[in-house]
Amino acid sequence: MPSITKPVAVHPSLKRNELGLTVRDYEGSMSTLCAGCGHDSITAALVRAIWELSLPPHMIAKLSGIGCSSKTPAYFVSGAHGFNSAHGRMAPIATGANAANRELTYIGISGDGDSLSIGLGHMCHAIRRNLRILYVIENNGVYGLTKGQFSASADLGSRSKRKEANRMAPIDPVSLGLSLGATFIARGFSGDKEQLVPILKAAMTHRGFALVDVISPCVTFNDHEGSTKSYLHVRQQARAATETDFVAPATEILATIGKNGAVNVTMHDGSTVSFKGVPPDYDPTDREKVFSFMQERYGKGEIVTGLLYIDETVPDLHEMSDTPDTALIKVPYEKLCPGSSALEKLQEDFR
Amino acid sequence: MGWAAVLRLMPWGGPRLKPTNTDDPNYFHKVVDCQWACPAHTNVPEYIRLIAQGRYTDAYLLNRESNVFPAILGRTCDRPCEPACRRGRLDGKPVAICRLKRVAADHRGEIGHLLPEIPKTKNGKRIACIGAGPASLTVANDLLPLGYEIVMFDKNDKPGGLMRTNIPAFRLPEKVLMEEVEMILNMGVDIRYNSPVTSMKALLDQGFDAIFVGSGAPRGKELELPGRHDTDRIHIGIDWLESIAFGHIDSVGEKVLIIGVGNTAMDCCRSSCRLGGKDIKVMARRPRGFFKASAWELDDAEEEGVEILINHAPKRFVIEDGKLKGMEFERLEWDKAAKNSKTIDTIFLPADDVILAIGQENAFPWFERDLGVEFNKWEEPVVDQVTMMSSRPGIFFGGDSAFGPKNIIWAVEHGHQAAISIHNYCEGLSVTERLAQGQNLVSQKMGLGQWSYHNDYNPAARQKMQHVDLEWRFQQINIEVELGFSAEQTAREVQRCLNCDIQTVFYPARCIECDACIDICPLLCLTMAPDAEEEQLRQHLSAPATNLDQALYASTPLPQTKRLMLKDEDLCVHCGLCAERCPTSAWDMQKFELQIPYAAESTTEKSCVPA
Repeated sequence: MPSITKPVAVHPSLKRNELGLTVRDYEGSMSTLCAGCGHDSITAALVRAIWELSLPPHMIAKLSGIGCSSKTPAYFVSGAHGFNSAHGRMAPIATGANAANRELTYIGISGDGDSLSIGLGHMCHAIRRNLRILYVIENNGVYGLTKGQFSASADLGSRSKRKEANRMAPIDPVSLGLSLGATFIARGFSGDKEQLVPILKAAMTHRGFALVDVISPCVTFNDHEGSTKSYLHVRQQARAATETDFVAPATEILATIGKNGAVNVTMHDGSTVSFKGVPPDYDPTDREKVFSFMQERYGKGEIVTGLLYIDETVPDLHEMSDTPDTALIKVPYEKLCPGSSALEKLQEDFR
Repeated sequence: MGWAAVLRLMPWGGPRLKPTNTDDPNYFHKVVDCQWACPAHTNVPEYIRLIAQGRYTDAYLLNRESNVFPAILGRTCDRPCEPACRRGRLDGKPVAICRLKRVAADHRGEIGHLLPEIPKTKNGKRIACIGAGPASLTVANDLLPLGYEIVMFDKNDKPGGLMRTNIPAFRLPEKVLMEEVEMILNMGVDIRYNSPVTSMKALLDQGFDAIFVGSGAPRGKELELPGRHDTDRIHIGIDWLESIAFGHIDSVGEKVLIIGVGNTAMDCCRSSCRLGGKDIKVMARRPRGFFKASAWELDDAEEEGVEILINHAPKRFVIEDGKLKGMEFERLEWDKAAKNSKTIDTIFLPADDVILAIGQENAFPWFERDLGVEFNKWEEPVVDQVTMMSSRPGIFFGGDSAFGPKNIIWAVEHGHQAAISIHNYCEGLSVTERLAQGQNLVSQKMGLGQWSYHNDYNPAARQKMQHVDLEWRFQQINIEVELGFSAEQTAREVQRCLNCDIQTVFYPARCIECDACIDICPLLCLTMAPDAEEEQLRQHLSAPATNLDQALYASTPLPQTKRLMLKDEDLCVHCGLCAERCPTSAWDMQKFELQIPYAAESTTEKSCVPA
């Protein structure tokens, strides 16, 4: 716990976004996580991404479950809505919230415990529904809050702080997402904001479930030799599959992207995500090839990062359910709930 | 633009940024902007912390060590520290360092028993000091504890030099001046009042072991215009102030013109307010921004109703029937682009008295030129900037007499350096054989998130000095205008200090590059970046480092990625959050103490023994 809150003094060069806010205006309260926790870097990346997108704080909903990761929504955008749910239940709460008010930007923050163990079923179904949400898994391979037991994402053979090797196969959220039909899958590293910030911006603009798995070293329980989620190991083994550049719709594109195998994907709102496959033939829109590429590289012990897969054609939860364009909370109550006589009439029709 | 893009664009080959050498005391010293800017290198943040703790005596003594006259300087210093203060770059107003110095002096306890002891047995060396101003007094202060005998000559019947003659009593009360001057005289100075040195040769013949010249810059500059010598109502500013100080002048006409706009001009116009002047105008040749007076002295003068007229060049004095009527001025228009003025027309301003305050110079009519002391073409002595020794070994200069008019704090520093040289000289050592400055760095970490200093940033605004009511302050010439800070003001002002001496010290070998320090830094001081040219790096840090006077603190390559940790020192508020969020203690907050050698430090065993 820091001794003081962050000083209010700001650098004179601090820029303002379209809303006239500085990046400091998107901060939250002081983090109470361990010093050096990867989660805090992800928080900083989120703050920057949200500021760069000029999202109004009151149009953001932050949701989380239980765990170190799930504390982090308190540390960004103080002015946003927030819900800290029961363990693993962030996805269903987000589903409900999104169903009621489709106008907010939903940011779900979860961890490998919250999403890959207790909340795994919920996450899978949210993926299937293509719920429109940025779903961040702050993935450190251990249960930090209960002193460092292996989590479901710990790699085979990865060693604990007490030198014991993990003997259970891991759940890889990227492969899981690919198999469940997720429409936006990325992997980042908390220690590389240059890659992470554009990914988060693209994810918040994506129409559907944006799964962002961020390797986030647990500096207290999983940053030692033998761990496959330490700062050093990730730096040595990380291979970017794509270089991602997010281009907002309002921004004039001056540079000619597209040579040396760049792929542009136009998002539903007109913004563009430009990829450059670092293996030149990497195609982030071909699910099968991405799947086999991931398997092959995982076998070599590499940690593939970047925006790995995207599909903008799949309808989201609201489109599938044929809900009105206006948020349900804006539909007058009488129309939303026409009363018992209307219910009786409906039931009568089914008899 | 991200780093990947920068790397692609950058042409390599220029000089790379060298890792910062923090073993050199100058590096961290320069981070303490106030201390670096102070000619005497007073440890400002430390004394402000002592004041914050109510330890006024300790704060006073710490001040006294380097600047010798805390109570005097707390009222009159030119404050080179304040324009340098980091706080000024953050919220526009520096910490009121000078006013806090006065707080320490106003509230200190008895210190007689805490001053260095003066040995009863002397070392047999006799030093002559010419002038009883701040430079000579500092020499005496530094040498008396070593057993020297100091004989001090002054032309006046009271001590203090320029501090007495040129600074009006409403800025520096007699009592305050005497207290600190007597503190030194009472150490055993053999003071000879009413004893102007009229011949250097004669003084040399008296067989002193060394002579220190601290006679000031006593000659005010003349303005030779038609009519200058046709009346006795045109005065030289510093002489006029001196006459007031000694009670020889106690009135002035209603209409007063002051020529010049330096600090002496401010003292002249404000003195006029108190001697019967009603319509007082300060005449400046050039626009504001070129004024030599300190901003606060201008403010104080204007508060008292003095008018400052810009773009007026004196043309002639108007004398009728042997009486001063006024002055003619050319009205000028300042051309910003050409940086010069052109004349518009000529105007007449009536005046009963005119006071010339256009500068002063050192003058040595009593100093024979055949004594082996070299003088340059401006008749200034050739003095070594470091040792303060003239071209004749054994004769030293300091204060305004050395390099022309500066200020009290420079005079003090000259005194310290001259004392070291005199000591070396008397010991038979070379005057250039001087101890180097040292540094001490002590971690301030007391525990997790606990520091031994108050690390929070306080957004309080600079406290405004309260003044005696305008109508009351003109009743007498010696009513001190500034009331000093109240307890509440002091409590607020001390918290504005950013503790710049609590340094951010980086140990690259411990860094795991987790970004925690960079993420938490409120002023975007930190960046990890690949090695490159400094000029390029400065543009691509977390925030552009545009203040080239401020250093980039560069680490050696980091263990994991070989990037450098870079810190732009410019706006760091020394909150310590980088060190708190660092999981490996790669960052630490360490108190920097500059070790300044004085004459006493260079003492050998031998010097304490009578010769």
